[in-house]
Amino acid sequence: MFNSRKSWLWFLSLAACLCLQAPAWSQANTRSAQDRFPGAGRDATPREVAAWDIDVRPDFKGLPPGQGSVAQGQDVWEAKCAHCHGIFGESNEVFSPLIGGTTAEDVKTGRVANLTRTDYPGRTTLMKVATVSTLWDYIRRAMPWNNPKTLSVDEVYAVTAFMLNLGHVVPDDFTLTDRNIAEVQQRMPNRHGMSRDHALWPGKTWAGATQPDVRNTPCMTDCRTEPRVASLLPDFARNAHGNLREQNRIVGPQRGADTSLPEGRTSQAVASSGGAAASSSGGAAAASASASAGKSSPESAAGKAALALAQKHQCTACHAMDKKLVGPSMAEIAQRHAGKVDYLAGKIRAGGAGVWGPIPMPAQTLPDADLRVLATWLANGANR
Amino acid sequence: MDELGSDLNSLAQQAGRVRKAPEHFLDAEGIRRVREEARSGRRGFMRQAFAAAAASAVVPAAMARGNPVPPEGGDPHILNLPEHATGLGQGVATDGYGKPSRYESNIQRRQSPGLTQTTQASVSFAPLQSLFGIVTPSGLHFERHHQGWWDIDPSQHRFMINGLVKSAKVFTMDEIMRLPAVSRFHFIECGANTAVEWGNVAVPTVQYTHGMISCSEFTGVPLITLLELAGADFKKGRFVLAEGGDGSSMTRTIPMELITSGEVLVAYGQNGEMLRPENGYPLRLVVPGVQGVSWVKYLRRVEVGDQPYAAKDEAIHYIDLMPNGLHRQYTSIQECKSVITTPSGGQVLLDQGFYNITGLAWSGRGKIKRVDVSVDGGRNWRTARLETPVLSKALTRFNIDWIWQGKPAILQSRAIDESGYVQPTYQQLRAVRGTRSIYHNNAIQSWLIQENGEVKNVQLS
Repeated sequence: MFNSRKSWLWFLSLAACLCLQAPAWSQANTRSAQDRFPGAGRDATPREVAAWDIDVRPDFKGLPPGQGSVAQGQDVWEAKCAHCHGIFGESNEVFSPLIGGTTAEDVKTGRVANLTRTDYPGRTTLMKVATVSTLWDYIRRAMPWNNPKTLSVDEVYAVTAFMLNLGHVVPDDFTLTDRNIAEVQQRMPNRHGMSRDHALWPGKTWAGATQPDVRNTPCMTDCRTEPRVASLLPDFARNAHGNLREQNRIVGPQRGADTSLPEGRTSQAVASSGGAAASSSGGAAAASASASAGKSSPESAAGKAALALAQKHQCTACHAMDKKLVGPSMAEIAQRHAGKVDYLAGKIRAGGAGVWGPIPMPAQTLPDADLRVLATWLANGANR
Repeated sequence: MDELGSDLNSLAQQAGRVRKAPEHFLDAEGIRRVREEARSGRRGFMRQAFAAAAASAVVPAAMARGNPVPPEGGDPHILNLPEHATGLGQGVATDGYGKPSRYESNIQRRQSPGLTQTTQASVSFAPLQSLFGIVTPSGLHFERHHQGWWDIDPSQHRFMINGLVKSAKVFTMDEIMRLPAVSRFHFIECGANTAVEWGNVAVPTVQYTHGMISCSEFTGVPLITLLELAGADFKKGRFVLAEGGDGSSMTRTIPMELITSGEVLVAYGQNGEMLRPENGYPLRLVVPGVQGVSWVKYLRRVEVGDQPYAAKDEAIHYIDLMPNGLHRQYTSIQECKSVITTPSGGQVLLDQGFYNITGLAWSGRGKIKRVDVSVDGGRNWRTARLETPVLSKALTRFNIDWIWQGKPAILQSRAIDESGYVQPTYQQLRAVRGTRSIYHNNAIQSWLIQENGEVKNVQLS
């Protein structure tokens, strides 16, 4: 790499540098960034920018031309979206519901009436979103959840159209295109539902409140507040977050409460554990903690490898080890299909629906070797 | 698409929709009772609970001395020399990257049970009850992922600038790390921190009420330097879109004023080492004072534009529902807030006598000016000591002496920032914003210390 010409140039520039050092420093802050930091960064090519610049703004800047019908959207939806979001975008099983809670009247007014009701049980995406560009942009950049950025532009139009149809924003025979999307924007149920009138935006770009909306004063003595307890975690929720004793340090001025026991028992336990007893109980906590850490360490190498593959190929997005998530748990699958390596490999490869319920599992494209490892692991009991 | 705020909200307010109760979590009956009690004003129930809390201190001997002289005339831990005083210890570099003591294994970031159905779109909370000072150890930094985390090869990571610039630019990590760097301490707080508590008490400890905050020393290049390199049009380009390089490719709009101030960093360093993968390795945006969702991880691109972008996380989530049915959009600043971290919910005081009440205060509008502490539920206040350093848009540690005489007490802290803003009470906050806005709950936190020494999360009115 170092030919003599380059070395010579390098020497020259070094010499120049040495002679001119003082003026170079003093100019540093008045020169443009390009002059100050030669060698940092290069111009991006148009192809590179096109590959990454995928955002779509509310004024549809960035929206590529294309089209998709409600019917096409339904096909994409059932293949790639329904297993998380439900057939009608209504599912609460994995994520918050997308569709529901909007009315024909909302489409007219541009304000979702249910948002003013304190008794309405939740907010769907369509109830909240004011800008159709947001839906389009997000579906394109981040969906499907376990395989983002794989939908074609027309598929994104189609899925958007299907969702809007589910919410009765567009009719059944509608085709959404870059040419009519601005009209659809005028039918978004919550298009007038946003406010920028607050002081939480750290810019001066638009007019809005400049002072915080909530004010307190620093009263110091005999302040008006009456210490009346108005809300408290009920006793039966005592252990809802696990044993708090195991979530606190074992040394210091306080311990975690032993929430595995009713409260009265805890106070006695603490009372009896003074001094040396306290430190030995602390030691016990550490011992049990390290014991449980030890318990998980002799994992079988096969289990470890299979779990890593399950993670890598996004199986765990839908299948947990011990509980039903979108699909059945690994343990359930292992139990029902013990020993059936080929069957399991085939099912993973082809996907399907009906064995465990109506939610379809998409076909998987993982390498054969990985597929065999996973199928064998499941067939052998799916041990960690 | 799932969103943490909605999850938190549904947990706190419509918990009946939680499909399956994981281990240790409220079952359907429990959820029904909480809701009913919340609706009926809970007075009878609460009075009973408070009475019960006081009554459980009937055990008068509860507070035995913690360090008594044993009958044999000396502490065995003093009288009998331990193995570590009489043997040979371990050698250097036993572990090439050292770990905390095995006695510290309780100190972990944790999920709140039942909050989310997946672990990839979820959150883990930092154990504030066990931390000292202002720096969050990187391995205990809270996590919020929208589509799972990645460990990205830095030699393959690229950063692009486009939009209203003279020439779109591409940088390698090598090039970014060549540029003049700054190192600054800043807090990062999720906009939904404390979200489950808007309506009523929902979780037991400070880890779950306030644990979506962390503070680190970040090292990186001011974004303004990179925008200047690209020849950004600062007149027309009043907004910047930041975009992640992971599956969710999260986007957020940042106002140009914050960037021209020099505060916004393109960061690769965290607490003296590179960012942790869970925190965006190798490159993330640092937007001091602004909620964590704007601190885009795995940062791959910024675009200079003349309008805001209404990204998913500023048009569907991270919008604050007001009582009139309007959502506040582009709410970004994390207002002044504080919390006592010890003693705090779920802990038990071992003895009467002296305690150092300690906690954290922060403001997205600058430095903390003062923190007051009350031990009588807000009737009387004393000003706490602020420990150094007191830095703009960073956590500030406060301490105050307290002698606990074994009587019930309600501990609160109230922070004031350099803009003069005073942290509000729940009553004041709800009077303006209702209870359904999910985000930006910065109310004063109350901890009830019962006579038996056990500390409970409570809300007053």
